[in-house]
Amino acid sequence: MTETIELHVLGAPPPDDILLDVRNLRTIFHVMDGDVPAVDGVSFQLRPGRSIGIVGESGSGKSVTALTIMRLLDIPPAEVGADSEIWFDGKELLRMPMDSMRKLRGNDIAMIFQEPLTSLNPVFTIGDQIAEQVEIHLKVKRKEAWDRAIESLKLVGIPSPERRVKQYPHEMSGGMRQRVMIAMALSCEPKLLIADEPTTALDVTIQAQILELLKTIQDRTDSALMLITHDLGVVAEMVEDVVVMYAGQVVETGTVEQVLLEPRAPYTMGLIESIPTVDKRGGRLSVIKGTVPSPFNLPPACRFEPRCPYAWDLCRNVPPELYPTDQASQFARCHLHTPAGETRRSAALDVHEKAMTVGRDVRGPA
Amino acid sequence: MPTGQSEASVTPPTAPSDGGAVGDRAPAAEAPATSEAAAASGATAASEARQDADDASDTRRRVDNAAETEPLLRVTGLKKYFPIYGGLFRRQIGSVYAVDGVDFDVQRGETFALVGESGCGKTTLGRSLLRLTEPTAGKIMFGGQDISALSQDELRPVRRRMQIIFQDPFGSLNPRMPVSDIIGEGLLAQGVKDRKKRDKKVEDSLEIVGLRRDYTRRYPHEFSGGQRQRIGIARALALDPEFVVCDEPVSALDVSIQSQVLNLLVDLRRDFNLTYLFISHNLSVIQYFSDRVAVMYLGKIVEVGTVERLYKNARHPYTVALLSAIPEADPRRRKKRLVLKGDVPSPAAPPSGCRFHTRCWLREKLGNPERCSTEEPLLRVLETGHTSACHFAEDVSEQAVSQVVATQSVVETAVADPV
Repeated sequence: MTETIELHVLGAPPPDDILLDVRNLRTIFHVMDGDVPAVDGVSFQLRPGRSIGIVGESGSGKSVTALTIMRLLDIPPAEVGADSEIWFDGKELLRMPMDSMRKLRGNDIAMIFQEPLTSLNPVFTIGDQIAEQVEIHLKVKRKEAWDRAIESLKLVGIPSPERRVKQYPHEMSGGMRQRVMIAMALSCEPKLLIADEPTTALDVTIQAQILELLKTIQDRTDSALMLITHDLGVVAEMVEDVVVMYAGQVVETGTVEQVLLEPRAPYTMGLIESIPTVDKRGGRLSVIKGTVPSPFNLPPACRFEPRCPYAWDLCRNVPPELYPTDQASQFARCHLHTPAGETRRSAALDVHEKAMTVGRDVRGPA
Repeated sequence: MPTGQSEASVTPPTAPSDGGAVGDRAPAAEAPATSEAAAASGATAASEARQDADDASDTRRRVDNAAETEPLLRVTGLKKYFPIYGGLFRRQIGSVYAVDGVDFDVQRGETFALVGESGCGKTTLGRSLLRLTEPTAGKIMFGGQDISALSQDELRPVRRRMQIIFQDPFGSLNPRMPVSDIIGEGLLAQGVKDRKKRDKKVEDSLEIVGLRRDYTRRYPHEFSGGQRQRIGIARALALDPEFVVCDEPVSALDVSIQSQVLNLLVDLRRDFNLTYLFISHNLSVIQYFSDRVAVMYLGKIVEVGTVERLYKNARHPYTVALLSAIPEADPRRRKKRLVLKGDVPSPAAPPSGCRFHTRCWLREKLGNPERCSTEEPLLRVLETGHTSACHFAEDVSEQAVSQVVATQSVVETAVADPV
């Protein structure tokens, strides 16, 4: 296992008010059939206490981004680009020795996974598992660690925590287990909480419980939140900023209002138009034609081009970058936002506006 | 492909619908009335005329509760209990009350939705209707014929008319069978012995669901999730059914593929005059797709109504909570939700009285009336025109909900389970 990456002169650390600075992250998997560029040049920043949503469909690279930040991928078969940098709290993570990284994990960065049953150890009690990490990270005695475990279960609303700490994961329901995961993640008061599809496996009334809980606790502990999801509804409820990923790349970033209400990348526009709503009843849903390209056979320039209703020659020949849009702090990976795309841009925005106004008129102002 | 939409002319039932093909990004819902008209036919068109003023604003076909015409499907007192074995001699020590006394009608041409959380019995109900799981009790009338008592041989001709589309496009297709066999198997079982005839039908079905005719020799692993779901749909359609149970047909698919498959289902409903029983946990999809919806909780239907009425005027505390729990993709609509306490109780030991009383916010607000835990509420028609099974349905109001939302503690929504 390669612990550090050589031959790259690090950039300057980000200013203090940036907690997480992901720079040009590239994660490649070397598999039998070839190389899969799962994450290909992803960059974003997160300030302390803020929340960011990473949105994308399966295979877009959103989970791999999180796993790379946590350095939970086996290298090989994974490989991280030599010029990629991940700055967290003034330290560069990719080149950090593994034992320092282990200290950081759970302590400063905690992660919640989609399926709580597989991420809890079935042969240890809940209390053992929370106390273990408290003991290691906060260097306290066993007794104190147990008290802290009970305390953190109380914080996430688990009734009779004194009894619960002695239970095993299988004795709990899915919602309860996810609460335990959150308790565990928060027991060391991390600066950053990464939640990878935390509610996808749960029923909607339980999802509501967990989302509200996450929000309340994030406010209370002031940790930053990186939420990975495919559900635009969850994003709208939970985060301040959004990064939209497609085929391993960031295709759009902005505030949650910008991205969901005034998207500027054709992929995001298409996603939002395709959401079934009451106003589209009886009519047709807009669709994004085709399917996500195979990672072994990515389109040469713009990766969304074969599915894009607005694509032209340029999109087939020149890979687009993340360009600033007409709105401050919003970026889109699309040639529409270059001078060459100017005329097409207004036409595209018109089409999107039309597709969306159906809903707004009927529903009236929010 | 023609993208232009003919203006909304409400002439049933053959009016051409919106001509957009899959891949067409023309704004949706330009002419809802058009496909409404197209979707309506037969009994539906007749009952459409009986629309009351309340529904007039909605342009889609509407079928109301008590249609005078014979329903395509009438379910009465349907029960399905799964035995639990245990103890020294593996005797039956209990039952899982998966479906526990359910009544409803589905009109011809209508899309009837079942919504509920996992474990509420919606899938078991869907399978019981086709007798893929044998119901424990109850009567299923399909097209005027009681199919609950038929033998397997007698059932075969009926099976042709009722088909199912499964949720998981990976698990529901045999990986060792080529597409021609997957789709053709049903035809063979129905006695289409001529291979050429079968192959022709298979190719036709593939074309109908938007796949290429020459895919017949391929195997499931060669297809994406969305394409597999299309194969599942083609299999259901190959027998020219009248009634199709769609069991979570899009929930395993990516967002951008979901709308493609939903559009296909809408097209098929119109082109083949299908009646759907649409099972889903996704209230947004149901709202878009269905005419009437039944909400299930722990094996019982707790509320039934047209989509308009139910979504606007839910009168069962559980429905209200379900609706409140949907996260909307609009940050301007961030809301404080009504969060239910605790988890769904086990269907092996459902609570007494009203099954929802252990989690009910309304009961708590009303000071825990005894009636909820002692007397089982029956479905009754409310002044809103739809039916709800709540003793205190009249006390459900927006005001009551907002009072509860304002005072609830979000963190303390977990509930100690009985030890």
